[in-house]
Amino acid sequence: MVKNVKLIAVIFIIILSFFILLKGLNKTNNYSPDLNSSKIDFNFKAKFLYSNKESTLYKLIDDKDFSIINIWASWCLPCREEHAYLLNLKSLNKFNIIGINYKDDEINAKKFIKELGNPYSKIVIDPTGVNSIELGAYGVPETLLINNKSKTILKKYIGPLDDEKFAEIKMIIENEN
Amino acid sequence: MLNQIGNYSLYIALISSILIIFQSPILLNKKSINVSGRIFSLISIQSLMVIISFITLIIAFINSDFSNETVYNNSHTSKPLFYKISGTWGNHEGSLLLWLLVLTIFLFIFTITSKNLSNKYRILTLFFQEIIILGFLLFILFTSNPFMNLFPIPNEGTGLNPILQDPALAIHPPILYLGYVGTSIIFSSSLAALMSGSVNKTWAKHIKNWVLISWIFLSIGILLGSIWAYYELGWGGFWFWDPVENVSLMPWFCLTALFHTILILEKREIFHSWAVILSITTFSLSMSGTFLVRSGILNSIHTFANDPSRGVFILCFLFMLITLSIFIYFFYQNKIKNNYIQTYIVSRETAVLVNNLFMMFFLSVVLIGTVYPIFLEVLNNDKISVGPPFYHKLIVPFMIPFLIFMAIGPNLNWIKDKISKINLQQFLFFILSIIVSFIFLKKIGVTYLFSLPLFIASFFLFFITIKDFSVKKTNLSQKISHFGFSLFVLSVLVNGVLAKEYSSNMRVGDERKFLNKTIKFESLKINENKNYQSLEANFKITDKNNSINLKPEIRVYNQPQTITSEADIESTLYSDNFLVFNILKNDGFYNVRYQIKPFMIWIWISVILISFGGILSIVKKNG
Repeated sequence: MVKNVKLIAVIFIIILSFFILLKGLNKTNNYSPDLNSSKIDFNFKAKFLYSNKESTLYKLIDDKDFSIINIWASWCLPCREEHAYLLNLKSLNKFNIIGINYKDDEINAKKFIKELGNPYSKIVIDPTGVNSIELGAYGVPETLLINNKSKTILKKYIGPLDDEKFAEIKMIIENEN
Repeated sequence: MLNQIGNYSLYIALISSILIIFQSPILLNKKSINVSGRIFSLISIQSLMVIISFITLIIAFINSDFSNETVYNNSHTSKPLFYKISGTWGNHEGSLLLWLLVLTIFLFIFTITSKNLSNKYRILTLFFQEIIILGFLLFILFTSNPFMNLFPIPNEGTGLNPILQDPALAIHPPILYLGYVGTSIIFSSSLAALMSGSVNKTWAKHIKNWVLISWIFLSIGILLGSIWAYYELGWGGFWFWDPVENVSLMPWFCLTALFHTILILEKREIFHSWAVILSITTFSLSMSGTFLVRSGILNSIHTFANDPSRGVFILCFLFMLITLSIFIYFFYQNKIKNNYIQTYIVSRETAVLVNNLFMMFFLSVVLIGTVYPIFLEVLNNDKISVGPPFYHKLIVPFMIPFLIFMAIGPNLNWIKDKISKINLQQFLFFILSIIVSFIFLKKIGVTYLFSLPLFIASFFLFFITIKDFSVKKTNLSQKISHFGFSLFVLSVLVNGVLAKEYSSNMRVGDERKFLNKTIKFESLKINENKNYQSLEANFKITDKNNSINLKPEIRVYNQPQTITSEADIESTLYSDNFLVFNILKNDGFYNVRYQIKPFMIWIWISVILISFGGILSIVKKNG
């Protein structure tokens, strides 16, 4: 009898700690900037990758319903992985994809595009990373889905795009139409 | 090509593992005379395959084969060869492969060294060990495969974190792993002994070697990590109660307790259950360590993985093993012979029991300090961090009785001893340590009342362990280890009360006064190296009698771009002069931190002595 009580007590403690640790795993340890303000500052100026001109993000947004902003860098390995998804998104022809090249070397960035294809309608560069941080980014890659009319962020994806996220983007766009 | 070889050999190892697991129960009933034959050849094949895959990964690193994703993420062509090789285990995937390598090699060694033991016990040990191996193989193959192809093949890798490019750190993980993995053999064999009803003298004698080996490697592994943190991280201490350090310390406490218990089990045939429980706990703690470090649940420099699926896998595997072992323990507990030998309060057995109690207390403190923040965050959403004051407040007071017991314990006889014997000689040493501590503290001007008993206890242990060298009764290895420990405690204390620090912002040419010394920032020059640029400063520190030059560096590594500060340390037998500098924003000024750390070198030496005692014990027994 005493033995059973002991066994049950031990097993109970073990199961309890298992679930606590399991839950602890799902908590992210990373600090993510506050996303409460879904309005974003479109007025920052940035230079284009392929020309010396400057533009504001505001001007890059066109009359389609949505835009996608993708923050990437040639040195980032997950960006390489998610590139195919961006090309697929482009082929949907529903929106323009604006690339923000984050803290990168311009030559490497061009090489990267040449090698893997260009899903972006426009690429601006952000050599210091300040603009991206003001958009609320904390790393690369990061993808923002933007409603062009209301100028708000509909959805923000931290980390590389995958099948799930790709399907979600498609769904959001189809529902809104 | 290399990736394929690595992958296939891992799969073959996986198949052998499954075959062994399914064959063991059959062999168990057959009463065949020995394990050799099929199982033995399967184990040999398995070890060979894992060795091949590990060598393949090393070759991929040496050749900078960037078609391998692990190599791409962690290496660079401009890295020196030595760090290309050590890069193999300086990342999540490679380090797990190393775990697996050590697991299989240890199992192989176990199989060939246990030939004179009962067949049932050996097969059961193999069985449990293979379950662990299988778990790791599945984990490696499906969540963290080091042989992933990368296409298109990049021209250049992203580099190894520069703070990991260090000789002490290159060998720190393998040594530590030898300790961790050694505990898996203890775990499997204790469960096997429990099930085959052979938790007895013979088992104790056999497993003692494994306990010692794991303990030695764990001690040296912790030492190396600590030395590295001292001069590379530039925090200027030897222990920071960082969660990852704690995680390696917990199995150490457990192993130390286990070792002492095993000694009693061998001599007196008592504490059977306790030895089994400790064996299970030790391994569970090693595995939990791997889980806590690798899953990313703790934030630290050791955390490579941030993929939650990996964490979930280790967590499930860990708890499966713990639950399995607990059920086995409860069901086979009756098989343990309970011989109620009368024990007396004043005896060596009691002394070891007291040692165990203290070890378990220290273990609980460290465990709570490490795990509590995680639990609290989940349950309550509070973020707290547990720092050194917590550990110091809880551990230091209990060191006083612990040290005194440690001084008295080893001199007691087995079974029964007389109190009067303790009083005679040791009382004199006690008086002596009171006098010495009093004079010492008076001289350096420490007035806290608390320091006095602490110093008395540690001087007492110090004198007694020195005196013990003249006594013939106990064995030499124990004397060395215990003396090493007393030296360790004493050095830590002296270091704690006498350390001095000075910090200031300085330009080239500046001079500062600190105590009776002058610190002069003489010059600054730039050096070009293969994979980094360094900014080397030259500081001159002068006191009345002599002067020394310290040349700390700031290194700018190119792949990946990282800045590290390399402290310059001048070690003497009396004290360390530690100087580190950092770039400040405003031009020309550098933040300079200068520390005097007395008896630092003795901390390292004492840990080496502690481990050496263990090594000597093994050599003597087998030599």
